[in-house]
Amino acid sequence: MTSESNENWLYEISAKKSVFDLNLKEVWRYRDLLILFVKRDIVTVYKQTILGPLWYLIQPLFTSVIFTLVFNNLGSISTGGIPPFLFNLAGITAWNYFKECLTGTSNTFTKNQNIFGKVYFPRVIMPMSVTISNLVKFGIQLLIFIAFYCYFVLSGFDLQPNIFLCLFPIYVLMMALLGLGLGMIVSSLTTKYRDLNVLVGFAVSLLMYVSAVPYPLSEARKKLPGYVADFVAYNPLTQIIEGFRYMLLDTGSFSWIGFVYTLAVSIGLFLLGLIIFNRTEKSFIDTV
Amino acid sequence: MTILKAENISKQYRLGTIGTGTLSHDLNRFWHRVRGKEDPYLKVGAVNDRSSKSTTDYVWALRDINFEVKKGEVLGIIGKNGAGKSTLLKILSRVTSPTTGVIKTKGRIASLLEVGTGFHPELTGRENIYLNGAILGMTRSEITVKLDEIIDFSGCEMYIDTPVKRYSSGMRVRLAFAVAAHLEPDILVVDEVLAVGDAEFQKKAIGKMQDISKGEGRTVLFVSHNMAAVKSLCSRGILLNNGVIDKTGNVIEIIEAYINANHKTESNSLKKHISNAERTGNKQVEIDFVQFVGEREGLAPTTGKPLTINFHLKNPNNVLAENIQLDFRIDDSMGNRLLWLSTSVFEIEKKAFSNIISFKFEKLPLNQGSYIVTTHVVVGTQVADWAKNAFRFNVEEGFYYDSFKQVVTNQTKVLTDFNVQYL
Repeated sequence: MTSESNENWLYEISAKKSVFDLNLKEVWRYRDLLILFVKRDIVTVYKQTILGPLWYLIQPLFTSVIFTLVFNNLGSISTGGIPPFLFNLAGITAWNYFKECLTGTSNTFTKNQNIFGKVYFPRVIMPMSVTISNLVKFGIQLLIFIAFYCYFVLSGFDLQPNIFLCLFPIYVLMMALLGLGLGMIVSSLTTKYRDLNVLVGFAVSLLMYVSAVPYPLSEARKKLPGYVADFVAYNPLTQIIEGFRYMLLDTGSFSWIGFVYTLAVSIGLFLLGLIIFNRTEKSFIDTV
Repeated sequence: MTILKAENISKQYRLGTIGTGTLSHDLNRFWHRVRGKEDPYLKVGAVNDRSSKSTTDYVWALRDINFEVKKGEVLGIIGKNGAGKSTLLKILSRVTSPTTGVIKTKGRIASLLEVGTGFHPELTGRENIYLNGAILGMTRSEITVKLDEIIDFSGCEMYIDTPVKRYSSGMRVRLAFAVAAHLEPDILVVDEVLAVGDAEFQKKAIGKMQDISKGEGRTVLFVSHNMAAVKSLCSRGILLNNGVIDKTGNVIEIIEAYINANHKTESNSLKKHISNAERTGNKQVEIDFVQFVGEREGLAPTTGKPLTINFHLKNPNNVLAENIQLDFRIDDSMGNRLLWLSTSVFEIEKKAFSNIISFKFEKLPLNQGSYIVTTHVVVGTQVADWAKNAFRFNVEEGFYYDSFKQVVTNQTKVLTDFNVQYL
């Protein structure tokens, strides 16, 4: 029996786990499951609806119309020569992706407790699949944006994207990391105490207003008190929304410092989320 | 070769609900951890005995579980409800982690705590095979290779491209089990999943389990209340009781121990008093009380086990034994007459006796359930003590036949020995 004590075990199941043991190798082994979950999420939304994926388009369009009426017509916020409808649509499209990632992942544990309670797979597959399937939704909403973009160009507006459009994938990645990171933190913290769930619901809609979605940052600087404007400016989401509109509509501002700052915050939050999530996944089923 | 080894596995749960009160414990626990001390609540904790009143907020669902499994072995885990079987399986399948202790394994574990985990009602049967298979740890290509076999095993070929929500519940289970049966992990952990589907499918499922364990030499950990299935599948067993291992060893011994442990419970209620509601007679000889003795003193009547029924008599006039006739009838709870036993079927030559008449069954031929007894004492030609529906007694679930096959109670209340020959 002495020879057995120093044998190589494949893995151990125990209570303790190091903070940085993220088990990425195992996630890779389950990549097929990730793909199937994404497919499931996309396919099942369309089932038994007449309009199907068209529903994805209706929400941003209506929101843009309302924003244009309220903020630009009533509130007379200047969008710097850009058609206000297109300006709002760009902001809302980007914001929606972040919002869907956050709300979709923030209830990972509570929503999936049935399946998590019966079988093991790396839990992080779930929030990752939500983020990826939302990417498809984002793609569809981007198409409608492009359609309106072409419409406005044809009606004589002088619109053109600039060279920073190359950074587009990185911006999408930053949104995904921010949404996923925050979502994982929230979902981990709500396994035992549900208080945060209540907060997330309305905090997300409030967050939109301090992320420069319905107005340009320059207007905030002009009209808001200094400290509020600073808060808006340092909000990484503002940087993303502004950058997004800058590359597509060539309006607003862009700074490399802001870009690097946002990227750093996104990656930081994502890693923090991943660590907390991994610590929680081991025994959340006892407290959920 | 040892493929899996559990060392000092314990699991503690908190009783009651989670609310503001738990926060103080959490903070205390956190404060101890910050200072590098042990969790203060690990020292307390009650034994996992469901029926007793607890004095602390914590309970040990499992305590110091140690065992080893060899490669190719089929280990049965049995125990009463709440003995900790499912907790152990959850830890083995990594759904939750142990509070203390470690499980070391040399192979991949796939667990089957439920069939059809993650089935989505809107997806078709085929899509669900892929999804469910991937959840259980198969890759896409593995599933593709086995797809035809899975569909064939499930017997749902006609519906395979129909959404699962249109399936009957039996079909859903068949499909789910078909996926699970085609898993190929090093170690398979199976909870009571055989108790699903119709008889034909159960037979198929047990057969498949046998193939997996015997034919393919897979290591299996199997939890079930179906003793016939445990007996036919497993070679070794673990008996859990109140969160600790009661016994490990040969599966037959374990099953015996389980059945005995199950019936230790009600020693008081084995003494029966006669109800006076419908009682007549001249009271020359009267039944004082009736004592049931199961396989041993204090064990309850159990199907297929020895049972002694002792009638303690009040006999103030010392009537001779040869003049006393005692009969009793056993009815089922619906009042159907099942058995009639009487001293009158034997020749009694004894004169004086110690006022106890004892009836003994070598194997109690009654199925599990509740029974009503009518007693009748005759002295000479006169009724001395006649009590209709004198008392009730319960028969615990047991095994009449050596095969450990159960006969369901709605087929029969009475069992008998017989032989079958294929000529």
